[in-house]
Amino acid sequence: MTAPAHATETAPRLHKGEATRRRLLLGVLWTGMIVMIAPFLWMALSAFKSEKDLGASPTVWIPDEWTLIHFEKLVKLLDIGSHFFNSTLVAVLVTVCNLVFCSMLGYALAKLNFAGKRPVFALVMCALMVPGNLMLMPMFVMVSKMGLIDSYAALVLPFAAGAFGVFLMRQFMTAIPDELLEAARIDGAGEWFIFWRIAMPLVKPALATLAIFTFLQSWNNFLWPLVATNDPEKYTLPVALATFAIDPTKTNGSNGVLMAGAFLVVLPVLLVFILLQRYFTQGIATAGLK
Amino acid sequence: MATTTPSRRGVPDRTSKVRSGAGAGSSPGRKRGPKLRRDRLSVQNGPGWLFSTPFLVLFLTFMAVPIVATFVMSFTDFGLRNVADPFSTEFIGLENYTKLVDDERFLTSLFNTSYFVIVGVPLTVGAGLFAAVLLNRGVGRLRTFFRVGFYAPVVTSIVAVAVVWRFVLDPADGLISNLASEVGLSSPDFLGSKALAMPSLIVMAAWRNLGTAMVLFLAGLQGIPAEVREAARLDGAGVWQEFRRITVPLLRPTMLYVSVMTTIGFLNVFEEPFVMTEGGPDNATLTVSLDMYHEGFRFFHMGYASAMAYVLFTVILAVTLLQLRLLKDKTK
Repeated sequence: MTAPAHATETAPRLHKGEATRRRLLLGVLWTGMIVMIAPFLWMALSAFKSEKDLGASPTVWIPDEWTLIHFEKLVKLLDIGSHFFNSTLVAVLVTVCNLVFCSMLGYALAKLNFAGKRPVFALVMCALMVPGNLMLMPMFVMVSKMGLIDSYAALVLPFAAGAFGVFLMRQFMTAIPDELLEAARIDGAGEWFIFWRIAMPLVKPALATLAIFTFLQSWNNFLWPLVATNDPEKYTLPVALATFAIDPTKTNGSNGVLMAGAFLVVLPVLLVFILLQRYFTQGIATAGLK
Repeated sequence: MATTTPSRRGVPDRTSKVRSGAGAGSSPGRKRGPKLRRDRLSVQNGPGWLFSTPFLVLFLTFMAVPIVATFVMSFTDFGLRNVADPFSTEFIGLENYTKLVDDERFLTSLFNTSYFVIVGVPLTVGAGLFAAVLLNRGVGRLRTFFRVGFYAPVVTSIVAVAVVWRFVLDPADGLISNLASEVGLSSPDFLGSKALAMPSLIVMAAWRNLGTAMVLFLAGLQGIPAEVREAARLDGAGVWQEFRRITVPLLRPTMLYVSVMTTIGFLNVFEEPFVMTEGGPDNATLTVSLDMYHEGFRFFHMGYASAMAYVLFTVILAVTLLQLRLLKDKTK
């Protein structure tokens, strides 16, 4: 039943030239897709291959026997549990802070009139352009003077209100009809109430986008956590993985262990991305084009 | 008596309050209505600043002050002992900057970073544009599938991806050397070769970042009205002409944004060489950020590293302004 329906739908459109063009197009896209996915597949397969298969001379592509040995070794060499906890806690805190702080300023910039609004917005745009590397040295001095090296505060606070988030929230808040807020004001609602109970529920999709982006950014953040932590216990996952990866005495040259580590870092993020992919592409398109 | 007085007192109090409240709300309130509305809608200084406070405090502490501090530090000999006692550092004028001009390592890192940006940015933006144009040509349901696949590397940790790529490029057991041996070829030692190490990092960076460009271009392409394309086609424009004369000019704003953001990101390249090559072989992949990290946090030459940070920042500013100018003028 479906086959003929499909045929009648596409048949009139597909001239001969168009059909080959379409085939060519799909061929190129599939090739691209394979290139994009291959490193991940290679990582996943290698993580479960035995040491013998990893170095086999006619290449063993699919493991003969799937093994968890690399994961077992990894857990012995690296305290994956606490790194996972550190990364998760920091990412959650950073995300919550950004959702609240960025929305507040985004709302003010979009919907409130106050003296100094233009300079504040200009500040946000400047902050968007400043690379994090520029602040590295004094931040380290400041944080160590305050005795905050190896603390969660040092990992969270510098990222608690990102300029990107303010910009994104401002874009979405601008779309809220003024009449709605005016009506609430006439009814005597305070600005905080209006923000929290009227504006925020209206920008839920934007909040979802911001949450996903901030979480990922924090989860993948590297240079500052590398500088701000000394105690290996306090390393986030990327720092733990990187310091592990560049120290051949620890890995013993075993690529299997490294792939197991990378697999654990990448897998949760990829799963979240595939589940929520709609929000990603929407989010960056909106932020980029408005 | 003692128990009833307050209640008695309370009752008229409450009613009078309600009455006066209602009175204030009705008669003067109605008179004041439009004025009050205009006042509250036109200026909200209190809430405005209150809502800005968290961002401003964090911005001031973790951005404004450090930006100024880096600038000041770049004129000092700030070293390890000053981490505990920052204010005992000594000013040495422009010495850090004059030293940078003769620093072979730093000049190499500047060259490498430029190489990475000049080859990497066009490659990434071009690949992203190519993917977006292909996906926009009606592949139906598969579009989401391809989009997810092409964007997937963007969301993953650079560190993890760099660890994976190091193994992909491994000359003995890597993916590429295995593929090469399947067809009877041998693969070079990509990361161990002075000539190939940087191109390898560039290809990896393009692979990781083209998804961002693609998504932005896709959004831009969807903003081009179908009638414009239709008209071009009716006038006999081929695929290439349509791309040259319609797509590229109308995508300029997106192109500007994508190029600027990609360039800023690429100028700061750090994780890839840190994990994959540690700047080697023979400093062939030493970038400015990596050199700065080494100076600042391995040798604790923080004053010197600050000067490096400012040179990099100046380059970023200059390149951004140049791009804004080059790409914007042509839209007019």
